[in-house]
Amino acid sequence: MSKKIPYLILAPGLILLVFFLLIPLVSVIWPTFYNGTLSFDSYISFFKDTYNFGIFIRTIRVSIIVTVMCIILGVPTAYFIAGTSAKWRGLLMALTLFPMLTNSVIRSFAWINLLGQNGVVNKLLASIGIISKPLTLLYTEFSIIIGSIYLFLPILIITLVGVMENINPEIMEAAETLGASRIKAFIKVVLPLSIPGIIVGSILVFTGTLTAYTTPQLLGGNRNMMLSTFLYQNAMTLGNWEDASVIALIMIVTTLIVMKGFNLIANRIDKRGEQDA
Amino acid sequence: MRKQRGLSIFAGAVFAFLFIPLIIITITAFGENPTIQFPITGFTFQWFTAVFENQSFMDSFLLSLEVSLLATLLALIIGIPAAYALTRQGVKGKSWIKSFFLSPTIIPGVVVGYSLFQFIVIRLQIPLFTGLLLGHFLISLPYIIRVVGSSLEQLDFSIEEVAWTLGSTKFKAFISIVLPNISSSIFASFMLAFINSFNNIPVSQFLSGPGISTLPTTLMNYIEYNYNPVVSALSVLLMLGTIILMFLIEKTLGLAKVV
Repeated sequence: MSKKIPYLILAPGLILLVFFLLIPLVSVIWPTFYNGTLSFDSYISFFKDTYNFGIFIRTIRVSIIVTVMCIILGVPTAYFIAGTSAKWRGLLMALTLFPMLTNSVIRSFAWINLLGQNGVVNKLLASIGIISKPLTLLYTEFSIIIGSIYLFLPILIITLVGVMENINPEIMEAAETLGASRIKAFIKVVLPLSIPGIIVGSILVFTGTLTAYTTPQLLGGNRNMMLSTFLYQNAMTLGNWEDASVIALIMIVTTLIVMKGFNLIANRIDKRGEQDA
Repeated sequence: MRKQRGLSIFAGAVFAFLFIPLIIITITAFGENPTIQFPITGFTFQWFTAVFENQSFMDSFLLSLEVSLLATLLALIIGIPAAYALTRQGVKGKSWIKSFFLSPTIIPGVVVGYSLFQFIVIRLQIPLFTGLLLGHFLISLPYIIRVVGSSLEQLDFSIEEVAWTLGSTKFKAFISIVLPNISSSIFASFMLAFINSFNNIPVSQFLSGPGISTLPTTLMNYIEYNYNPVVSALSVLLMLGTIILMFLIEKTLGLAKVV
């Protein structure tokens, strides 16, 4: 009798998830495979279309660039935060958390102010005489990239600080005492120990960028569609539910592949570490 | 540790990158010019007044509050007992069930929104509001399972066993022994789930219609056609809200424990 209790407690959540997540998903995706006969035709014709394929490639390209840029900007910053006193660390973590908890519409809107024709960046560049007419920065792939870096950098920093805090500072001191320069000690000692954090953070940034809707919608414009905005357009504006469902599954599968891929890299690095030791 | 000037400058630049855009929004909320201008001319509070006079902002703010509160409460009612069951011994397929509970974080938000819209609203003809509520419940549940679950894992269950031995029923022991011990993590998970639900766009965007539009959706549609300091003023108000909620989390569980 009492052994059944945990399952009874879990039942309401499971039922809701099955009815309102699993079944809706299957009911949307199943027709893309089955139309009288079982086939992959919807997917083949989707990828054969150069416009669709271009959007897929853009989404992947933007996600890669954003992830790499977040790592470049985030790793040293996280290292800096992890090395400060507990009091400072708390404050800096709160400062990093604040943009993360701020609505993504606001964070994208901030870049409309900065990158627009009469925006802050163009005014600044014009006033110091670098440009004579305003640059087209907004509604480009560039603005999606910068908006996404802005969106996801905090989450990478926060993930990394958690890992870097646990690295014993004495290891770094030992490396320096033994003659390594500070940068070399950082690259040879801190960076390898931070790899697990970098992997977890990269998964969050990559899949986040891959599926973000607000930023490409507000900063990309109609000519720079990403999979998420393309899905919305197909479903709600064009009424093309077949393509919308195809995009939905492509997004899910790509997310899963990216997660598996990063975890595979993480495992391989772990194994190499064991062999070294 | 010795002073690391290069590193400090780099980190300083990154924080400038994170905050200058938000500071510029804040400044533009006070300019007198009817389109956004930076630097601003003059100084006024009229755009803040305009936010409160805008009926669609106020309506969608109330709708957002209602949806996020109901959805996170539902997620708490279903999620806390589930998280508790998942930390008990002898539950078969525990890790599988836990991943299933956390799966709404893996499925892209636009896909959750789209499939709910198609299945619930179009096929089953369930009212839009119910669909919106269910969508927000789905995205809130993982926060409860994760935050409450990790605090339950650290709880010493022998205190609960003592209560059973002393004659308390399992239900009573759960209410009077377990719940008070995890109350701060319940509060923190509620806050996190609430903020996330309140800020959500992709799910809300699909599940909106006449009279049903959350504040971020309304704001987003507004931005597509308007470029004026009212947006800045509303942004400032929302950022103030975020600061207050962060302060509350810090005072209860501590921000460091929830991230």
